[in-house]
Amino acid sequence: MNETHLDTQDIFRTEDMTISMGPQHPSTHGVLRFIVKTDGEVMREAVPDVGYLHRSIEKIGEKVTWHGFVPYTDRADYLAAMFANQGFCMAAEKLGHVEVTRRGEFCRVIACELNRIASHLISVGTFGQDIGAVTPFLHALRERESINDLMEQICGARLTYNYIRIGGVGYDITRATCDRIAAFLDHFEPIVDEYNRLLSYNKIFIERLAHVAPITLEDALQYNLVGPNLRACGLKWDIRRDIPYSVYPELEFDVPVGLGEKGTLGDCYDRYWVRVREMQESCKILRQCLKMLPDGPAIAKVPRRFKPPAGEVYVRVESARGDMGFYVVSDGSEYPYRVRIRTGSFTAMSIIEKISRGLMVADLIALIASLDVDAPEIDR
Amino acid sequence: MEAKEIYDKLDRRFPGKVSDFRGDVLEPYFSVEPAAIVEVCGYLRDEPDLKFEVLSDLTALDLPKEDRIQVVYHLYSYTHRHQAVLKVNLPRAASRVSTVESVWKAANWFEREVFDLFGVVFEGHSDLRRILLPEDWVGFPLRKDYVEQEEYDGISTERAPLVEKLLR
Repeated sequence: MNETHLDTQDIFRTEDMTISMGPQHPSTHGVLRFIVKTDGEVMREAVPDVGYLHRSIEKIGEKVTWHGFVPYTDRADYLAAMFANQGFCMAAEKLGHVEVTRRGEFCRVIACELNRIASHLISVGTFGQDIGAVTPFLHALRERESINDLMEQICGARLTYNYIRIGGVGYDITRATCDRIAAFLDHFEPIVDEYNRLLSYNKIFIERLAHVAPITLEDALQYNLVGPNLRACGLKWDIRRDIPYSVYPELEFDVPVGLGEKGTLGDCYDRYWVRVREMQESCKILRQCLKMLPDGPAIAKVPRRFKPPAGEVYVRVESARGDMGFYVVSDGSEYPYRVRIRTGSFTAMSIIEKISRGLMVADLIALIASLDVDAPEIDR
Repeated sequence: MEAKEIYDKLDRRFPGKVSDFRGDVLEPYFSVEPAAIVEVCGYLRDEPDLKFEVLSDLTALDLPKEDRIQVVYHLYSYTHRHQAVLKVNLPRAASRVSTVESVWKAANWFEREVFDLFGVVFEGHSDLRRILLPEDWVGFPLRKDYVEQEEYDGISTERAPLVEKLLR
């Protein structure tokens, strides 16, 4: 009897298998690689291997002029380029003591919130697709296309905007554009409800994501998760509200947090649901901005040869992927001495190794999608 | 808590280990002795009226004129809504400092990046490998005196200027 028991143990013992997932796996959202150690369907751990998209943006920052670096910041995160523009410009303005015009600030907020909706649409859309729901992805991309058109009207580009400049914005937002944005919001707000009926309240979708890969608040703080991922763990923290910048203090909006209503607090569904509600809040902000948009110049007078005095700043903006930090050092010359971009995806990626332990392989896809990591933003 | 108060509190708790408080700049900072960084960071995280729960950023700054590399720590406290900027000065030739991974897990990847791009060695780090660049890359690109290798894996790192190509 005893012997048979040992035999079965022996028969069912499996060797750990090491699989390389990526760098061209369709669900890894860009070029990412995971070295997955699995025991059947259950992972021992998934070790992320990043760096495939490293373009040395920080080094380039030391070689180009202050104005010249703004287009490069776009490339740090192509899904939400506006925030990187804003972060770098805010850092330069703080160093050079430049006052942004009031109209410029409102134009920035309008552009950023549109960009946030576009980025979240990609996030929730690809989330559906990654776990097998293709239709919602198409719906999300259709709406994002309208935002890209609006962006094109605002600044001439659809993805890499180079819109926010030191001192304000590159192009004023015209009345015609404002009307188009308002028309888009009228169209988009009911679409969110439709999207919820299609995906968010879908029983299969909820059961697929509830209780999957929950992240505790302690872990989130230890690994420095930011933005929607942190809020999904239950901490009400938004840079726009808590370390206010630009004209956000004048605007009214809620900060959605994870409630664990469908499963555990901080699970994949919470992270998804925070993003959907954030899109609605962005709509609210946009409507207020369109009403409040003051007259005046869109950009302040900034010298072409911009030379901020020596010093260093650390500026935070609430990007679509959370707290984006710009540590910029000036030595008083025409070129930045050091530009450091701290992104939300980088730290979100580092937590995967811990959370993946004991997860199913199929849930790794849901975890990556729910953290909304963006490969170019990790590698810079 | 203001930056000055944080500094004074640390100065009382760790006399001689913290120095050079600069309060007249945009973001006040102070220096920490390399040997004391782990205990200072542990204290900053755990002390109830400091409570720096997160390491917002960890990066470095190469200062060849003064022959040193500064490792810069940006800490933030969600509870008290204050921030602290710590700097550790290391000689460029032997830039080694203890890891703060035991205090904040986020330091793991941040330190790997600093090691990768600046060549600062974090002693006691659990997994100190290059992160963004390939394992066999030569040199540390964000050092000011970095010279790019001429080729990598048989591929030239130089490219003829596009305009010249078009003219030809």
